[in-house]
Amino acid sequence: MQESPVRKIIPIVPEEEVSLYEAQKKLYPRSVTGLFARWRWFFVFLTQLVFYGLPWLEWGQRQAVLFDLGARRFYLFGVVLYPQDFIYLTGLLVISALSLFLFTAVAGRLWCGFTCPQTVYTEIFLWIERKVEGDRSARMRLDAEPASARKLLKKGTKHFLWIALSLWTGFTFVGYFTPIQTLWAEAFTLSFGPWEWFWVNFYALATYGNAGFLREQVCKYMCPYARFQSAMFDRDTLIVSYDAARGEPRGARSRKADLSTLALGACVDCTLCVQVCPTGIDIREGLQYECIGCAACVDVCDTVMDKMNYPRGLIRFSTQNAMAGQWSKAQLWRRVRRPRVLVYSAILVALCVGLLWSLLERTPLKVDVVRDRAALSRIVAGGKLENVYRLQIMNATEQPQRYRITASGLEGLALASESEVDIGPAESRWVPVRLQIGYGSAAPGSHAIEFNVGDVAGESHVSEKSIFLVPR
Amino acid sequence: MSDFTGNFWSVYVAVLTLVSIFACLLLLWITARKKITASVDNTTGHVWDEDLREMNNPMPRWWMWLFVLTIIFALGYLVAYPGLGSYKGELGWTTHGEYTDEVEKANKELAPLYAQFTAKPAEVLAGDPAAMAVGERLFMNNCAQCHGSDARGSKSFPNLTDGDWLHGGAPAKLVETITLGRQGNMPPMAAAVGTPDDVKNVAHYVLSLSGSPHDSLRSQLGKAKFTACAACHGMDGKGNQALGAPNLTDDIWLHGWGEQAIVSMVNNGKVNAMPGQAGKLTEAQIHVLSAYVWGMSNKTATLANARP
Repeated sequence: MQESPVRKIIPIVPEEEVSLYEAQKKLYPRSVTGLFARWRWFFVFLTQLVFYGLPWLEWGQRQAVLFDLGARRFYLFGVVLYPQDFIYLTGLLVISALSLFLFTAVAGRLWCGFTCPQTVYTEIFLWIERKVEGDRSARMRLDAEPASARKLLKKGTKHFLWIALSLWTGFTFVGYFTPIQTLWAEAFTLSFGPWEWFWVNFYALATYGNAGFLREQVCKYMCPYARFQSAMFDRDTLIVSYDAARGEPRGARSRKADLSTLALGACVDCTLCVQVCPTGIDIREGLQYECIGCAACVDVCDTVMDKMNYPRGLIRFSTQNAMAGQWSKAQLWRRVRRPRVLVYSAILVALCVGLLWSLLERTPLKVDVVRDRAALSRIVAGGKLENVYRLQIMNATEQPQRYRITASGLEGLALASESEVDIGPAESRWVPVRLQIGYGSAAPGSHAIEFNVGDVAGESHVSEKSIFLVPR
Repeated sequence: MSDFTGNFWSVYVAVLTLVSIFACLLLLWITARKKITASVDNTTGHVWDEDLREMNNPMPRWWMWLFVLTIIFALGYLVAYPGLGSYKGELGWTTHGEYTDEVEKANKELAPLYAQFTAKPAEVLAGDPAAMAVGERLFMNNCAQCHGSDARGSKSFPNLTDGDWLHGGAPAKLVETITLGRQGNMPPMAAAVGTPDDVKNVAHYVLSLSGSPHDSLRSQLGKAKFTACAACHGMDGKGNQALGAPNLTDDIWLHGWGEQAIVSMVNNGKVNAMPGQAGKLTEAQIHVLSAYVWGMSNKTATLANARP
């Protein structure tokens, strides 16, 4: 008998009829400890310390970080920003985007796996879930149980804690936009305003729903970053990789068995990597779009390798090139310094320095000039020609200021209205200003002039262009 | 014209909206029932252009329920709010109604503030910095368009700071002016005055009243003809605030200075109007504005009143 060279593969799972819509499969991620889990908890604490703590900080007589949308003043420690300072937000967003490019080019979806609020809150919610209901297998058993007082108590406790944390999160969020001390006092008498009620509950509901129920669905179906980050990968990007060359063929074996005598790879097929995965994928099938790079599978596989006395790193952060070429660590890290990464870094550093510099060098004074439109020009007593302007003078300091107004650009141009104005702290005011020149001292038409406004102490100074009209 | 009076378009829009919504629902129902064959390699078996295969990546089911929710929301919205053609909606909501509600709400919120202001007479209020800050904003938003940001007006728009009043500058008069507006009417007087030369002579007489440069011979001749003007402006030319007739002796020329401007005014007359603000501003706002305007030409009195 001769064996046929081409073997026909008979699929184990036959073709099946499936719906166009997929029911969510509930995941029970197993808890995991290890290097990357510790890093994730570090970032959970760091981000949440900042988020929950920042609104409580005081700066002088006010909240250190407060976005007062009603008054259109944005307080950031010592800085008072006006809506006119929107460019800083643009700068911040550009820096955020570039950082995302850089981190993704170097090490894939680091943001997703460690600091994204979706991951962070899911991690916290999972921790609560584990404390109340137990780990993966206990949770699966509990869900399979028929309803009972014990089940109700456990589920009730979990949801109570989830909702409490969500409400606290919603409360903190609103505390960035309305003074949190006042809000805290209002919380005891339940006397929030209508919008405060809405946003506390809306943000709480979003936290509860996203971290408690939607979880990986957010990353898989809703998040745009998830999809476009893969466009920033290249073959030298560090991704969570399964070393198939070392691991296959996978299979169960006795712990005492000697690997060299078995016809098996290092993978013991314990499926722990699948059980810990927050998005429910099997990393051994290679890079998949669902992978958020959290490295839970790396941690858990290392513990198994330790137990088996095999070297660690069957699943590890590595690059496609390194995997294909069996590179050493040094070779792999050398490729991190590739032009793409260097260019991203250079632009990022330049932007950060630029933004910081402009924030430090910022003049805490803004001036807008609006010419009166009804009367273009008028002749007044004393043979003078007069133009009228409105100057919006915005004091971006937290002290009352006295500003001096001067104008230049035309022979004999003089201010006929008061030249000094007082503006209160973080206030803005419209000031009518009259400019005069001698009748006939300038040709008919439009002349470019400049307003100069500065505080009396001479610390800040702003020039604004306008025109002076001389009638024909 | 029938486009605007008939109800064809209303019905058309309503039917189109409802048909679209139910078409969406139908599409959802069909796709929810449809089954496709997925192979082991997670493709649907559909192949185009030789090797382009369609993957089986189903939508999550909860997403479909979101679609259903939006449809339920849409139907609820269309019952409550105007959206189906000319149907007004059960809530009777209109943009105009919302605007009026907001104005009413703002007025209610500001009522205690304005109550403090209306309790004081305008002369005292002019020395109150808080009231004047409000007055300044009211002036900038409602008056500065014509009278200028500095209230000094321009040609045909009176200067409010010079103490020269066409209709009187007492606070009560100012309230009247702001509330009801004013209509200044100078009729064409050429026929009453006489020949074009007479008009020119009257012009020189008028110039002489304020001591402006003039031809004294023409002025002498014009004096007799001024009787035609005296009915309103008075024999002495000092005007009449009851009629809104300007004082011709104070060297303030609202519509232009010089022989030519005066001749043209006598020949053609002029109608000049200030619109009433009764519908736009509340009584309390007008009270604050009158104090602000009064204060501009009564600086010394204001300072005296401001002293405790």
